[in-house]
Amino acid sequence: MFSTSFTWNDLLFLLQGAWVTLLLTFWSMLLGTFLGVSCGLLRALLPRATIPLGWFLDIFRSVPLLIQFVLFNSLKSIVGLDWSAFTVGCVVLGVYVAAFCTEIVRSGVLSVPQNLRLASRSLGMTYWQDLRYVVIPLATRVAFPGWLNLSLSAMKDTALVMWIGIIELLRASQAIVTRIQEPLLVLCIAGLIYYLISLVVSRLGAQVEKRWQQND
Amino acid sequence: MIEIEKVHKSFKDLEVIKGVDLTVQKGEVVSIVGGSGSGKSTLLMCINGLENIQSGSIKVDGTEVHAKGTDINQLRQKIGIVFQQWNAFPHLNVLENVMLAPRKVQGKSRAEAEELAVKQLTHVGLADKLKVFPGKLSGGQQQRMAIARALAMTPDYMLFDEATSALDPQLVGEVLDTMRLLAEDGMTMILVTHEIPFARDVSDRVAFFREGLIHEIGPPDQVIDNPQKPETAAFLKSVV
Repeated sequence: MFSTSFTWNDLLFLLQGAWVTLLLTFWSMLLGTFLGVSCGLLRALLPRATIPLGWFLDIFRSVPLLIQFVLFNSLKSIVGLDWSAFTVGCVVLGVYVAAFCTEIVRSGVLSVPQNLRLASRSLGMTYWQDLRYVVIPLATRVAFPGWLNLSLSAMKDTALVMWIGIIELLRASQAIVTRIQEPLLVLCIAGLIYYLISLVVSRLGAQVEKRWQQND
Repeated sequence: MIEIEKVHKSFKDLEVIKGVDLTVQKGEVVSIVGGSGSGKSTLLMCINGLENIQSGSIKVDGTEVHAKGTDINQLRQKIGIVFQQWNAFPHLNVLENVMLAPRKVQGKSRAEAEELAVKQLTHVGLADKLKVFPGKLSGGQQQRMAIARALAMTPDYMLFDEATSALDPQLVGEVLDTMRLLAEDGMTMILVTHEIPFARDVSDRVAFFREGLIHEIGPPDQVIDNPQKPETAAFLKSVV
């Protein structure tokens, strides 16, 4: 049956798209955070030795994400990698997230006053103990809001994966728009779903920050 | 015993310590006074290896601080240091600040470390602040916490780097009182300080630092009350 109005099935279709959006966000943030924390620590602790790493990550921060998706997708075909579009989406977005996350982590580590590190070393703590018990806990508090911001922007950036053929929330809404010719209505609903996801994420983040702030 | 012999220390081209000799016996309290930039604080940082030196040697109980084979983390447990900026760990409460190093460095159990920390914190008058975070304490309280934190490692030596210089005037007294107690308990101490009357009271010897060297050293009634060198007299006149 061909309907020209917004039906329950359409909403279901949008929610399926939203689920794909969530999955993409989750996996790319997981990958990006893991890489970003590693690279960020290296950048902060060995600034000289990792200058080339900085240049390399700058590429991913500077080139528009859409270009990265398309280029990597073509490269995949040329090299003959047998990856699904979803995997490509997660990897490209994950590396993009990692490039930003590196800077967030680096600035967090650098925000820990040198004096505190002298204090912990003066108590006989080793370099690693200082890192583990003083630097990382303090850096996490500084980096967390930036990281939360990054995850919200990654969630919205997942919309770009439709260009490599994944049906996520935005692509799903476009399909419906094409059929029922009600762009405003459909985009409002899609926008609302994005908003609700963001709301949950930022509320959870606010809870975490509040717990830390009780100590200040 | 701390033996400092012909120590030279430079930051790039700037030589801040130009051949200092100083021996501090067990149980002795030595104060170092002098103008800013004279190298006094840097010398303290060299004693526990937080700064390296260019030449000379510093020995603590016979162990050379800057030798290659020295386990510096082991050695630092013997040497407590209290900084001008008290450097409380802001993410830990007072008790946890003091417990951290005994637990992680000396491997003490939570119960052992807590008992030790409570004892030291009581000693410096912070028994009612155990669960408070440093951000809620005054500067004087944070500095006393820093003293307790250093003492919790049961050091044999305590170094104080202008421990009261960053405090509001009305908070200086409580920290000096804590340091005085420690001196009376027989702790070996080296104090870099601008509190001349305090230095006269607690010190066995006072060293006047000038341009990276010990210009004059001796008992307080000599160096402070009856300085032999005109530069010492001029400095004392300028700070009183």
